[in-house]
Amino acid sequence: MAAVTEASIMVPGPRSGLSVALRWLLFAILGVFALIYLFPLFVMVVTSLKTLDEVRAGNLLSLPPNPTLEPWVSAWSTTCVGLTCEGLKGYFLNSILMTVPAVAISAVLGALNGYVLTKWRFRGDGIVFALILFGCFIPFQIVLLPMARTLGLLGLASSTPGLIFIHVVYGLCFTTLFFRNYYAAFPNDLVKSAMIDGAGFFRIFWRILLPNSIPIIVVTVIWQFTNIWNDFLFGVSFAGGGGAMPVTVALNNIVNSSTGVKEYNVHMAAAIIAALPTLVVYVLAGRYFVRGLMAGAVKG
Amino acid sequence: MAVISEPAAAGRRSPFDWLQTILPKLVLAPSFAVTIVCVYGFILFTLYLSMTNSTMMPRLDSWAGLTQYEKLWADPKWTISLVNLAIYGVLYIGISTAIGLLLAILLDQRIRIEGALRTIYLYPMAISFIVTGTAWKWILNPGLGLDKLMHDLGWTSFTFDWLINGDMAIYTIVIAGIWQSSGFVMAMFLAGLRGVDSDILKAAAIDGATLPQTYRRIIIPLMRPVFLSAFVVSAHLAIKSFDLVMALTAGGPGTSTWMPALYMYSLTFTRNQMGLGAASAVIMLATISAIIVPYLYSELRGGRRD
Amino acid sequence: MFKTYFTATAASLLALAAAAYAPSAAAQAQEEVEVMHWWTSGGEAAALNVLKEQLQKEGVTWKDAPVAGGGGDAAMTALRARVTAGDKPTSVQLLGLSVHDWAAEGVLADLTPLAEKEHWADHIPPAIQAFSTYDGKWVAAPVNIHRTNWLWINKKLLDKVGGTAPTNWDEFQALAKKFKDAGITPLAHGGQPWQESTIFDAIVVSVGGNDFYKKAFVDLDPAALGSDTMQKAFDQLRVLRGWVDPNFSGRDWNLASAMVINGEAGMQVMGDWAKGEFIKAGLKPGVDIVCVPYPGSEKAFLFNSDQFAMFSLDDKARQDAQLKLASAIESPSFQESFNLVKGSIPANTEVKPDKFDPCGQKSMADRDAFKSTGGMLPSLAHGHAASAAVKGAIYDVVTNFFNSDQSSADAAKALADAVALAK
Repeated sequence: MAAVTEASIMVPGPRSGLSVALRWLLFAILGVFALIYLFPLFVMVVTSLKTLDEVRAGNLLSLPPNPTLEPWVSAWSTTCVGLTCEGLKGYFLNSILMTVPAVAISAVLGALNGYVLTKWRFRGDGIVFALILFGCFIPFQIVLLPMARTLGLLGLASSTPGLIFIHVVYGLCFTTLFFRNYYAAFPNDLVKSAMIDGAGFFRIFWRILLPNSIPIIVVTVIWQFTNIWNDFLFGVSFAGGGGAMPVTVALNNIVNSSTGVKEYNVHMAAAIIAALPTLVVYVLAGRYFVRGLMAGAVKG
Repeated sequence: MAVISEPAAAGRRSPFDWLQTILPKLVLAPSFAVTIVCVYGFILFTLYLSMTNSTMMPRLDSWAGLTQYEKLWADPKWTISLVNLAIYGVLYIGISTAIGLLLAILLDQRIRIEGALRTIYLYPMAISFIVTGTAWKWILNPGLGLDKLMHDLGWTSFTFDWLINGDMAIYTIVIAGIWQSSGFVMAMFLAGLRGVDSDILKAAAIDGATLPQTYRRIIIPLMRPVFLSAFVVSAHLAIKSFDLVMALTAGGPGTSTWMPALYMYSLTFTRNQMGLGAASAVIMLATISAIIVPYLYSELRGGRRD
Repeated sequence: MFKTYFTATAASLLALAAAAYAPSAAAQAQEEVEVMHWWTSGGEAAALNVLKEQLQKEGVTWKDAPVAGGGGDAAMTALRARVTAGDKPTSVQLLGLSVHDWAAEGVLADLTPLAEKEHWADHIPPAIQAFSTYDGKWVAAPVNIHRTNWLWINKKLLDKVGGTAPTNWDEFQALAKKFKDAGITPLAHGGQPWQESTIFDAIVVSVGGNDFYKKAFVDLDPAALGSDTMQKAFDQLRVLRGWVDPNFSGRDWNLASAMVINGEAGMQVMGDWAKGEFIKAGLKPGVDIVCVPYPGSEKAFLFNSDQFAMFSLDDKARQDAQLKLASAIESPSFQESFNLVKGSIPANTEVKPDKFDPCGQKSMADRDAFKSTGGMLPSLAHGHAASAAVKGAIYDVVTNFFNSDQSSADAAKALADAVALAK
């Protein structure tokens, strides 16, 4: 499959003088939205580069008179999370160890489920899908205590594998939804012809569906990575003590300490650090939002 | 288009065919089983809890019938929570979807800086609300945030005190919520738009359809599954909106921005009224089902017809 | 290409997984305490660190399980999950009646042998002991005693307006007016339900006296809750409402203290943990910052005590470590150093008041004096007077009253109704 770049396959549009004006309007609208979206981030970044006195003295948007990276250093390696004053770095690894496997497993399972539900229909598959889908709406507080019992029974309490288990279980509904919808629109001709050629269940999946699923894999990975990385409730309840504590719980301990001076600058730096992996995922994944991957495939 | 069903058995049932029949269900089974236990099993557990007098921890032997439900409806905070959820839900889902679709369509127009813009709209989801909540609290705080900024810039008559106004505080949560996740809705729509077969579009162009017409008549109808996903995602976030509320208003001023998720959490874990919290959870789930199940039904029904 | 990428990712994931989850040679037999708490900020954490180091000298490792936020809300959720999962921590910071709640679940350890050996019953005020014991058995080690009915006044501002520290309601109102006329916010307040209830506690005891407070908030007598006295208390709260600045909503308590420190506001009604803030900002209690009991509540010591509840453990080594922890907590040296930082006073009455500032010394004197007068009253706002459900119900009524135009009569009735529902 040829590598497809963003600008290569595009829909030809009408060309007229009017479209130039429209394009300016387009940019204007997109620009205004961009500014609104960036505003809080701007506040956060600007605050993270000031000293505490400067934060108190200025207002939201005032630029730091003497930008300093000290809050960032502090957030990464010296700020206190409870009694351990080593910053965020240790918890970062915990989060990665939890998130990457959970995303991978839930995505694979979701893809397989979507595949089965759309290409291997059987009686009652609609109901199965609906039942799985409904799981997306269950608020997590409800499952907290029963899940605690379950994890205890499985011997997975207060551990990273336990967290992975939970995130896979509650991520399944979304991954299944995303892949199922995507595969529903996937032309069946390809699959049928593969079957005629003798390909079995997994081969069709591996050779035909998966390589053409890039956009939806991207969407799924973004959603799952974000949700799992940013989860707080399960993290604090099932990994609250040292060993497996994810970065969100550590961040909460830094930001929500109930007494003392609130070091807003360090908090903002810490929050941005905690958000970096997700941001990286977004940037990397963005390259795969390509149109027309299907273009050549259908003609057979 | 024919649905792929079990291989036509012309009398022969080779092990391979049998495996092909059973394999899909086998593959689906773990997910299904885990969902039955960890979703429906736990819901049943919660249902049972709601009929006990559990306080701090589950007390399965303290049967209370429907007393918790009576207490629930007698609690003014509960009615406030439900109303807030309705306001928040409708506004949040509606506006997120609209903005998401708008941005996706705009971004679909072959722009050079698409990558950067896409990341800008998406990034709010990346940042944990524990801290963007603080940033928003500042921005919306009269005297510290937007208000002060406008005054400093000269518009002294500008006031924006929604955050501390009991009637309007819920709308601040809507604003912050939309900011956070409409980017993801946009990403979903963009993926969907990009998945549209370009042959169809070329055919439409040849037929002389203008861009708006192409969008309205062809592309958006093809997006139905994406609307479903967008709805599910937004509804999920709206219901789960616990972190958001806690960070921005913590239910205040007074008790004006309580939401069902906050109610359930607070009563179960903070106020040691687990039975009551479970009752609220059951009602929440019932309300959600009442809205979502018909929608799912109609969508999935329609999907089968192809 | 896709296949290579996929395989590579899968392989690296597996390798990573194998490395990360390989069972570590955990020395389970060593003496270790896992402590869950929400003292995550600089000063308190530093004070707790003293305990950690003391234990290290005795060969006990400290495993920290900090969960910040909400005055312990998140920690309580985490605790529930852990106990349900069968993974109890060694010790958890608990407030007031929570200790009894957990003891009732049968998951706390019995510290009575240690308590008897070290004569805790003699050194710890009976009012506090009530919360550290359950069913005659010691289950928790109290760390400190906070007094919640303090009024803090910025001395410089006080002198500026020519006022004196108020001892009754009239003087209080007069002082507030002086501040207002001088353009200073009379009362620094953070609009959170617990803060409003802290103030209300003090008002109730000031308006109705110690016995009324007990009848209403400990005995939960409906007649007391809906009485005219309660209405008068609400009236007073309404007046205080007029003394706060417009941006009070949602403000954290330490930011309100900052207002007093900066001179934006003159006074704050807050427990003595506020003293920690003032000290950190370089203000000397008694000199730069005046402390008086809330006007009218001089005979009452509304207390709030942090306890480290000990959970029952199976492992003998961990049990020994736990006992060392409990003993260290009650040791006069730790009690002194911790409380000097925290702003509270020691739970162990053996500690001498010499090193404490004037406000702390007054607290300690009252603590000892009120032992027999019945002046040690459990704070409702901080979970010592009534159950969490009732406390929550009262929070709702008080905060709604504060944030609306509700009449005092309606509020008192709402209070009686809400408590009845929550009992």
